[in-house]
Amino acid sequence: MIYDTRPFKLIKNEEIARGIFDWTVENRELSKLAKCGQFVNIKVPGKTLRRPISICDAGENTLRLVFQVKGEGTEIMSQMKVGDEVEILAPLGNGFEIKDGKRYCFVGGGIGVPPLLFSAKQTKNPMIITGFRNKDLVILQDDFKKITDALYLATDDGSAGIHGFVTDVLKEHLDEIDEVCACGPIPMLKAVADVCRGKVKCQVSLEERMGCGIGACLVCACKTKVGNEEMMTQVCRYGPVYDSEEVFYNE
Amino acid sequence: MSNLKVNLCGVELNSPLIAASGTFGFGREFAEFYPLSNLGGVSCKGITLEERSGNLPPRIAETEGGILNAVGLQNPGIDHFIKYDLDWLKAQNTVVIANIAGNTVEDYCAMAEKLSETSVDFIELNISCPNVKSGGVQFGTSCESVGNITSEVRKHCKKPLMVKLSPNVTDIAEIAKSAEFNGADVISMINTITGMRIDINSKRPIIRNNTGGLSGPAVFPVAVRMVWQVYNAVKIPIVGMGGISKWQDAVEMLMAGATALQIGTVLFNDPYAPLKINYNLKNYMEEKNISSISELTGSVIPW
Repeated sequence: MIYDTRPFKLIKNEEIARGIFDWTVENRELSKLAKCGQFVNIKVPGKTLRRPISICDAGENTLRLVFQVKGEGTEIMSQMKVGDEVEILAPLGNGFEIKDGKRYCFVGGGIGVPPLLFSAKQTKNPMIITGFRNKDLVILQDDFKKITDALYLATDDGSAGIHGFVTDVLKEHLDEIDEVCACGPIPMLKAVADVCRGKVKCQVSLEERMGCGIGACLVCACKTKVGNEEMMTQVCRYGPVYDSEEVFYNE
Repeated sequence: MSNLKVNLCGVELNSPLIAASGTFGFGREFAEFYPLSNLGGVSCKGITLEERSGNLPPRIAETEGGILNAVGLQNPGIDHFIKYDLDWLKAQNTVVIANIAGNTVEDYCAMAEKLSETSVDFIELNISCPNVKSGGVQFGTSCESVGNITSEVRKHCKKPLMVKLSPNVTDIAEIAKSAEFNGADVISMINTITGMRIDINSKRPIIRNNTGGLSGPAVFPVAVRMVWQVYNAVKIPIVGMGGISKWQDAVEMLMAGATALQIGTVLFNDPYAPLKINYNLKNYMEEKNISSISELTGSVIPW
């Protein structure tokens, strides 16, 4: 079994920043299959489509899912109660490729930060750079502190951490790391890819509107260059993690 | 013992439920959940003569009780399908329906000819895709063009020919009659209804193609009405689809006149929906003392 859909029990639902919710859900069978950088597809009562959410962390029996309320579906999710059963299709997609003996830098922006936690935990001495619009949206700093001292915070308005972008921090530390894993909005990913180009390898995790979540319906397309061939690939199945040089960021 | 088996043009289906084209790829991803023999068949992702990369994203938007999609026929091309996907799918012990789309009548004929030499069970003529610039729905919206493409493809097609109709027409019964008269063996209906959604903040259509095809529970009553109209106009069997998401919908669509069914959008919500519908259909049949599901076809008693 690679993935399946099962009822998970919601055992924690906490608002950790304005409009950002921190779930822990329990299902032994599927939780143990999760790899870093993968995602799940959550059935929301009354909605036709499931909601794809990245895996923030995974335990033996549990998944931690941190999501932002963006519309009606995530609003319904935010109001679900501890003890509720949630139908979840998991785990999905190809996550970050982590190799031994390399020093990784994890770069995240906004709601792209959560999947980096589980990923950073798979590495030794990671560097972590997170960026947010302002101090009210900063999340997961305590979790990151537990796994590394090399933790950097930037905000667009300077209300917490460094006043600036994650790429400003990344540029200063590029010679201390071997590879970058990034997740966040497209302009940030493009900027991170530009900084890394020709210097260090970079993996980026993308977001796209999805249907089935397993690669059958072909709606979550991303224009990519694989080898010398330009093609549409499915973010849910081929991704969500791509080599930063494979992705066309403007289209 | 109640029996879900259906005979469609001499081909036996394990169940009236067929996975609808475009929602199921070539079956591999869903085979991870359950054996595809639980389905009556798989209508494959629409294939074209040459590989197509499809539209730019976003290709999907949610609507009240449904979705809009505009994938734009992304597919690896017919030769790739025959070489790499068909044998695998055929080995899953389910009926294989090849859904074909083209820019020209000649494209359709060339594909029908190639597929006639393979193990596919049906060829489904997709003349109703609303999401490509040329081809697709342009062949499906007048009696003349439907008649013409059906009769031309018929000359090259040695398989049972299923013609998939667009609901974006004035009189679907007349279109169905034209398909029947020109050699269609089965009508499948309905394809998606053209729709649009706009992001009120950016003023941009949510779908990059601006418009897309509406599917899901929202279109179900339209599909039932059209299947009923066509059932009263033609003698060939109908594969009914459009928003079927629970067993009651399946019964309703059969009563409207369908011999078999296709389900699609519900699979995104619940990939196990076909198994649940099969199970509940059997219970319903036992309760109502129905020995063959075909007894339901066209059993509506109109006022």
